[in-house]
Amino acid sequence: MSLLANAFTLLCVALGAVFFLAGTLGLLRFPDALSRLHALSKADNLGLGLIVLGLLPQASSLAGALKLLCVWLLAQLSAAAVSQLIAGVIHRRGPGP
Amino acid sequence: MADILTGAALFILAVTAAGLFRTLRAGAPAERLMAVQLLGTGGAAALLLLGTASGAEGVSDVALLLVLFAAFSCAAFALGGDRSTRPEGEDGA
Amino acid sequence: MTLLLDLALAAWLLALAMHIGRAGEDRNAIIAFIAFGLLLGLGWVRVSAPDVALTEVAIGGGGTGILLLRAEAHLRKRRVGLARPMSGAGKAVAALVCGAVTLGLAVAVLTLPNPAPSLAPASAAALEGTGLGNPVTAVLLAYRALDTVLEKVVVVLALIGVWSLAPDAFWGGAPALRSAMAPASLTYLARLLPPFGVVIGIYMFWAGADAPGGTFQAGMVLAAMWLLVILAGLRPEPETGRLALRLLLVGGPAIFLLIGFLGFAIAGGFLAYPEGAAKPLIIGMEAALAVSLAVTLALLVAGPARKAPGS
Repeated sequence: MSLLANAFTLLCVALGAVFFLAGTLGLLRFPDALSRLHALSKADNLGLGLIVLGLLPQASSLAGALKLLCVWLLAQLSAAAVSQLIAGVIHRRGPGP
Repeated sequence: MADILTGAALFILAVTAAGLFRTLRAGAPAERLMAVQLLGTGGAAALLLLGTASGAEGVSDVALLLVLFAAFSCAAFALGGDRSTRPEGEDGA
Repeated sequence: MTLLLDLALAAWLLALAMHIGRAGEDRNAIIAFIAFGLLLGLGWVRVSAPDVALTEVAIGGGGTGILLLRAEAHLRKRRVGLARPMSGAGKAVAALVCGAVTLGLAVAVLTLPNPAPSLAPASAAALEGTGLGNPVTAVLLAYRALDTVLEKVVVVLALIGVWSLAPDAFWGGAPALRSAMAPASLTYLARLLPPFGVVIGIYMFWAGADAPGGTFQAGMVLAAMWLLVILAGLRPEPETGRLALRLLLVGGPAIFLLIGFLGFAIAGGFLAYPEGAAKPLIIGMEAALAVSLAVTLALLVAGPARKAPGS
């Protein structure tokens, strides 16, 4: 059982790390500001979500697991609003190089 | 297991740092704001991994604050510092 | 693996600090500084100081950031200090002084006897008597409570200093904090974040008795949420002359001092707690202090009054 849980954790954490990598590659390579923002928000939120999912079986207590979920929920909600905020500022200034 | 999780945290921090220095050098100030947001999510992910790896309590609280204040600082920048430059209306909403 | 992580983290912190130092424009430097505060929080976690990490993220990443942003916006509006970037010689002197301080600190740390002198065992042994589980909170509110009282009083004094910058006509009026126009996404964020923030703030203060957390962190979280609501224009700025506001400001330190003097009567000394009642007293004090601190920090960011009272 614990072997299965560990395998699940490893898989999810590895996938999450790949999404973080993809986000940064997008940030480094994409041509304009809005698509870079897109790369950042999509990849990072999925990355964090997968890592939280992977860490859930390793949580020592129910409260600990709930706190992990809270971090994810807060990140998810705030990132959505903040991305839009940044996009609004970029939009008004005109797209950068 | 702990070693692998620490390694994953290192990897995510490295990737985040690469993105961080890229965005901090960007042309538009608003784009540099992405660095703060990036550090909020990347830092929180690394902290959660480290917290699970070391079994230390309270590390996830730091992650919670990290996410909260990254969002707060972005909002403060988008508003607080921007008043005098743009008198015209908002983003079409 | 952990050694590699620590080395990498230290290298990134140094690189980010260099970036801040070399940033040409003020706002770039401020954004990098906010990022630096968040990253430094990770560093404090690595040296097993979660209490400091929480404070660093809250104050360094949140509080100082908005304070600097507002100061910069103010300067930009007045067009002062823009045309005078620091000269090369000035930068060299600053770098030299910083280097000397760093070197001095490094020498001081490296020449400590091994094992280093420590009060940790004594502090842990006395923890039983306070009923607390977090040694940091025990130091702040039991062993060295006098320092904490003075610290809170200093914050209130700083606010009085800021308020005294208001013109006579505006004395007692409200500061100007609200943005001229709030985009819809910001209004959304200002509705979304505070419920989370208030719960996190109360949790920080409550957990502070037995786990990392405490008054200062809780106060900063609550202050940030209040500022966000005002910035988005969902609530008006408070009038600095209002009695209720001033009572909230001094309430925390006043209750702290009251309990301190009561210590003479019931426990035989200033800030001494009676046997067995230490924990409830400390929790009560912390609650009052957290509220006072939240109001004080928010008003420090808001600045002096900019509108006539009653307008």
